[in-house]
Amino acid sequence: MSVLVNKDSKIIVQGFTGSEGTFHAEQMIEYGTNVVGGVTPGKGGQEHLGRPVFNTVLEAVEKVGADTTIIFVPPAFAADAIMEAANAGIKVIITITEGIPVADMVKAADYIKDKDCRLVGPNCPGVITPGEAKVGIMPGFVFKKGTVGIVSKSGTLTYEAADQVVRQGLGITTAIGIGGDPIIGTTTKEAVELLINDPETECVVMIGEIGGQLEADAAQWYKNSGSKKPIVGFIAGETAPAGRTMGHAGAIVGGSDDTAQAKKRIMRECGIHVVDSPAEIGLKVKEVMSK
Amino acid sequence: MNLHEYQGKEILASFGVRIQRGIVAHNAKEAVAAAKQLTVETGTGWHVIKAQVHAGGRGKGGGVKLAKNLNEVEEIAGSIIGMNLITPQTSAAGKKVHQVLVAEDVYYPGETETSEFYMSVLLNRSTGRNMIMYSTEGGMDIEEVAEKTPHLIYTEEIDPGTGLLAFQARKIAFNLGLSGTAFKEMTKFVAALYTAYVESDSSMFEINPVLKTSDNKIMAVDAKVSIDDNALYRRKQYAEMRDLREENPIEVEAGALGLNYVDLEGNVGCMVNGAGLAMATMDLIKQAGGEPANFLDVGGTADAARVEAAFKIILKDPEVKAILINIFGGIVRCDRVAQGVIDAYKNMGTINVPIIVRLQGTNADIAKELIDNSGLDVQSAVQFQEAADKVKQVLA
Repeated sequence: MSVLVNKDSKIIVQGFTGSEGTFHAEQMIEYGTNVVGGVTPGKGGQEHLGRPVFNTVLEAVEKVGADTTIIFVPPAFAADAIMEAANAGIKVIITITEGIPVADMVKAADYIKDKDCRLVGPNCPGVITPGEAKVGIMPGFVFKKGTVGIVSKSGTLTYEAADQVVRQGLGITTAIGIGGDPIIGTTTKEAVELLINDPETECVVMIGEIGGQLEADAAQWYKNSGSKKPIVGFIAGETAPAGRTMGHAGAIVGGSDDTAQAKKRIMRECGIHVVDSPAEIGLKVKEVMSK
Repeated sequence: MNLHEYQGKEILASFGVRIQRGIVAHNAKEAVAAAKQLTVETGTGWHVIKAQVHAGGRGKGGGVKLAKNLNEVEEIAGSIIGMNLITPQTSAAGKKVHQVLVAEDVYYPGETETSEFYMSVLLNRSTGRNMIMYSTEGGMDIEEVAEKTPHLIYTEEIDPGTGLLAFQARKIAFNLGLSGTAFKEMTKFVAALYTAYVESDSSMFEINPVLKTSDNKIMAVDAKVSIDDNALYRRKQYAEMRDLREENPIEVEAGALGLNYVDLEGNVGCMVNGAGLAMATMDLIKQAGGEPANFLDVGGTADAARVEAAFKIILKDPEVKAILINIFGGIVRCDRVAQGVIDAYKNMGTINVPIIVRLQGTNADIAKELIDNSGLDVQSAVQFQEAADKVKQVLA
């Protein structure tokens, strides 16, 4: 088992023939991901990286049965690409694009809310189920197969966490990069819920950062669920000053509730094993899994 | 992107939001001319001189003053322009005032008492929708109101499909205790304000206070406006309003080089790929006994040119006593980053602070060898904890 993506996912790439789309699609195919085609409006009928190019997402759904998409479309057109995928019946929409205007995401989030689909991102590294499917921009070799699920707002910090877990002789079921924007499709709580409910996942690593309420919501849900699966948590940004955006558009301390300290306190109260040092994530996972 | 009060008001007025009118002046002489003109245009007798800097609490720092005649306009404008304004939101050094807004006096006496309200428009991150937050407690620090009298803060969430509806505007006006002309004026004000927010691609409006004048007009006396950086490509007229003098010069320079840099007050500089890892690295520096001197995300391509640019930016801060480079190589190969560090180091001659390079991920071992054999005064690490320990050593 795994969540969101696996070896049977039929994946298309939106923004397939652009430089980002091409580079990462190549890496995904090399990893063994089941990429069935791509979409670039106006280039339908061509072949790219040995896969068919379609003009619309609907065509890709009809002709090759696509059920999952990864979006590399430039920010000005990315929200439209999300809505097109949802409209065409795609089930999992993974959006890598960084820098989408907030107003566009307000519209897209509203449009897809009644559709039968799940959006991951935007501004995220994607999702990987080791050995089955890499639907993202992460370095595949870092993620060895195992029983630890990862949920994270950040790219390189996800790789760091996965690497630490693997160095403890453990591995990953699925790693979900949810993204660092103010509006994201899959929240920390939803991603944690997916992994807690996955029979193969025995422990969850939850990596958050300053800004917003997502980690607190996830912690509350975990406490109420009564789950016995351990969660190891880390929140980046203890030293970030209030009122400044730290790289990710959503990473900003607005009030006293969204500081790293406040989040960690709530997580601890809800039974999450919080580490203060980002260098101790792997060790803590090993420790709680040995109990 | 943050704007000055006068710029924010310009945008509001262009969408039909009533504002306290004013004219910008860069020196005392201009201020007097502005005051004369404003009296002709608005009939105002007194004038309010308001420092234009990107910081709240200007009144508390002496940056907002009432002038009752032209002599006072000249005197007050002359003293505010050029001053270092220190407010609760600036650093201890304050912010230099380059211009003032000479504004009409809107607190004139009349048939009713004036009253002040608070209103902001912003994104509710938990629902992904915009909301209007408002309060009867205007002209005060809203964080304080939220703490002491949270029941006096109301919110109205807007459905993106329908936009702000008429009944919502009425509800706001009722909750603010208005009736008659002022009630109608408030519904118009709210509708225009929300249109302005959406059409300008703003990420925050804060109007504090919204004033009900003695003759029942509703107007924005102040305006704190932020435009969504991601939308500036389609709002060029607002992009041009950016005032670089209000920003940290090193941050502006870093931005021009494509580096995401935030200046902090610590003693250990850092250079990291990825925002989350950069914040985590800052936290680790603190735990190792240092204080981060900056946030710096070099992004996906950490080649020699970029590393060199990042070095130069970090070294502009004289407080920096050590530099920690933390790169998790994924798509970027660590050996190329290591070569970049070595090349940048050689190009720059001597760097007089200890450097710790932690490279992990693709080709990390080759990278460590490159650094160790370079003959440069650079320490290498592979594990995150190792890097922290080395920071601790060099600070000891």
